[in-house]
Amino acid sequence: MTFIETIGLAWGSLILNKLRSFLTTLGVIIGVAAVILMLAISAGAEAAIADQINALGSNLIVISGSRGIPGKLPTLVYDDALAIADNVKGISGMAAEQSAVDQVIQWGNANFTIPILGETPGFPTVRDVPVGTGRFFTQADLDRKNKVIVLGYKVAQDLFGDTSPLDQEIELGNTRVTVIGVMAPKGSVAETDYDNRVYIPLTVLYQRFLSNMNVQNRLRSIYVKAQSPETMDSAIGQTKSLLAQRHDVLVSSPDFTIQTQQDIIQTQQATTETFRTLLAWVAAVSLLVGGIGIMNIMLVSVTERTREIGVRVSIGARPIDVRRQFLLEAVILSLFGGMIGVITGVSGAWLFNETGAMRTVIVSWSVVLAFAAAALIGIVFGYFPANKAASLDPIEALRHE
Amino acid sequence: MMSIPTTGPIIRVEGLVKVYDTGEVPLRALDGVTMQVTRGEFVAIMGHSGSGKSSLMNVLGALDRPTEGHYWLDGEDVGEMDLDELADLRNRRIGFIFQSFNLLPRLNAMQNVMLPMIYRVENRADAEMRESESIAALESVGLGKRMYHRPNQLSGGQQQRVAIARALINKPSLLLADEPTGNLDSKSSEDIMGILQRLNRQGVAIVMVTHEPDIAAHAERIIHMKDGRIISDVQNANQQHAESITNVQLEATV
Ligand SMILES: Nc1ncnc2c1ncn2[C@@H]1O[C@H](COP(=O)(O)OP(=O)(O)OP(=O)(O)O)[C@@H](O)[C@H]1O
Ligand SMILES: [Mg+2]
Repeated sequence: MTFIETIGLAWGSLILNKLRSFLTTLGVIIGVAAVILMLAISAGAEAAIADQINALGSNLIVISGSRGIPGKLPTLVYDDALAIADNVKGISGMAAEQSAVDQVIQWGNANFTIPILGETPGFPTVRDVPVGTGRFFTQADLDRKNKVIVLGYKVAQDLFGDTSPLDQEIELGNTRVTVIGVMAPKGSVAETDYDNRVYIPLTVLYQRFLSNMNVQNRLRSIYVKAQSPETMDSAIGQTKSLLAQRHDVLVSSPDFTIQTQQDIIQTQQATTETFRTLLAWVAAVSLLVGGIGIMNIMLVSVTERTREIGVRVSIGARPIDVRRQFLLEAVILSLFGGMIGVITGVSGAWLFNETGAMRTVIVSWSVVLAFAAAALIGIVFGYFPANKAASLDPIEALRHE
Repeated sequence: MMSIPTTGPIIRVEGLVKVYDTGEVPLRALDGVTMQVTRGEFVAIMGHSGSGKSSLMNVLGALDRPTEGHYWLDGEDVGEMDLDELADLRNRRIGFIFQSFNLLPRLNAMQNVMLPMIYRVENRADAEMRESESIAALESVGLGKRMYHRPNQLSGGQQQRVAIARALINKPSLLLADEPTGNLDSKSSEDIMGILQRLNRQGVAIVMVTHEPDIAAHAERIIHMKDGRIISDVQNANQQHAESITNVQLEATV
């Protein structure tokens, strides 16, 4: 009996019990769909994270002072930032940042409350937040404490509508500032809405919005852009020892933290990893249940067709012919389930993405994996019933009713 | 290909014992059977129910192995063969027909007849050849017009004729029939005997179990069994000849 003939034979008997075949493969269908859907969801989550990471700014090193300790001041000062810019090699830019209490912004009749940040000129390049119209402030603006402001995209729209905001004078708290630029739209990254905030020179922030003398010169973060991914590690090392020396602390117990996108990716990846492990278990369990279902139905099938097996053996079917027939039937059954599972999983993933319910990326190897898993299940769980069929005693089998 | 001797007996068994281990007392279904069947011979085996006729046929058909004793088919020791060789034996060298026909209910007459060709390992026939040979075989038993009928659409006699066509499709030189007319009326039985006698004239050796003396009367030789032993083995002095009906006449019997 050739392979093709065996396939035809197996297919024929599955067709005969369409509903039963379908129900049997339900476990495999769910398992395979789960594998594909879950991998698509976790790939989608990863893609979303990667996008966010890129949006944070590439080759970015983030230095933050110890915060959250009541009564303690932030440990980073403006001079630290300047020292890093002057001494650390392999970096292409630095941006120092401090924030103040949200302020009311007003132009004409329009006014609302807005987060306000003091920045240095490096901000647009270091953080990969480009300027849309106008310009960002310069070192000269900083040095002369010019009362200038750069608006987030949405702030400009809300405040000015169709009017050009450039060179307009607006009220920020009780300070009159001149609009010199508007940032390009950026959206939200890691819970920060970049379009809904405003930037003023760091020196102006200190002078006009941080009246408490204690926080003068203090920074909440220093951003450093490495020249390339290769210089990241060295830049981090230099920054760490430089700051430790300046703060008179040990490198091993710093009063600041240094993070890269890599650190952020890794924490995010760990979450995805946990998620994926969980999903793998769900898939494994459904596939196992599916496999047991197939084994069960194949055992039923062997019993039902005992007489048929006896007849086939009595006219010359070899044990291998019988084993192959039932094994192929199990494999076709599980592959069929795998196929429906792939279709279900892929269309489910597609639907999630289309409807915006969840970002998914269909992973092509997951389809291959799912099929391979389905075939393996057919072989593993079909083997025992097939072997049982092949080792039936022909006389007993013929006598079976 | 094995070389099959053209002389010597087609069947030779010596001291066959078959013991069934059921209950407390082991049951000796065959208790030392020794006999031979010549090439082209037509032998009937008779005996009371439980005398071991089917047990003997199962051993002869390579469906069962004896507990003791030897079986040579065409001079080859069947006891030495492995499972695949036994399968090949059943496939090409022995045809088996049963009282209950044993056709596969989901296949039509032609597909049933084809089955042994599908399992043939040597000299495989292609699909076209299989079909034409099955048609020829069905025609030879007068079922040329019922090739696409399923077993449940055929009468008992017709089903048995399909079974005969199936048993013969790989051209065996030995046909074993365990009560082939046991489920048939006398008219159908007579048709079957006509076909068997014609096959026998064409050189196929036949061993047939039957309870009915008038069926056994069609054989050349009659063996009687009792309690797993042969108690008599005689040539049939007045062999009956079934009406030598033609295929056309068979076609007419519905
Ligand atoms: N598989 C088996 N297990 C146990 N005992 C068996 C088995 N097969 C047959 N026997 C016993 O062996 C003896 C011979 O049985 P066998 O079927 O050979 O008789 P038989 O001559 O064909 O009878 P019948 O004319 O009723 O068909 C019987 O007593 C039967 O009960
Ligand atoms: Mg019997």
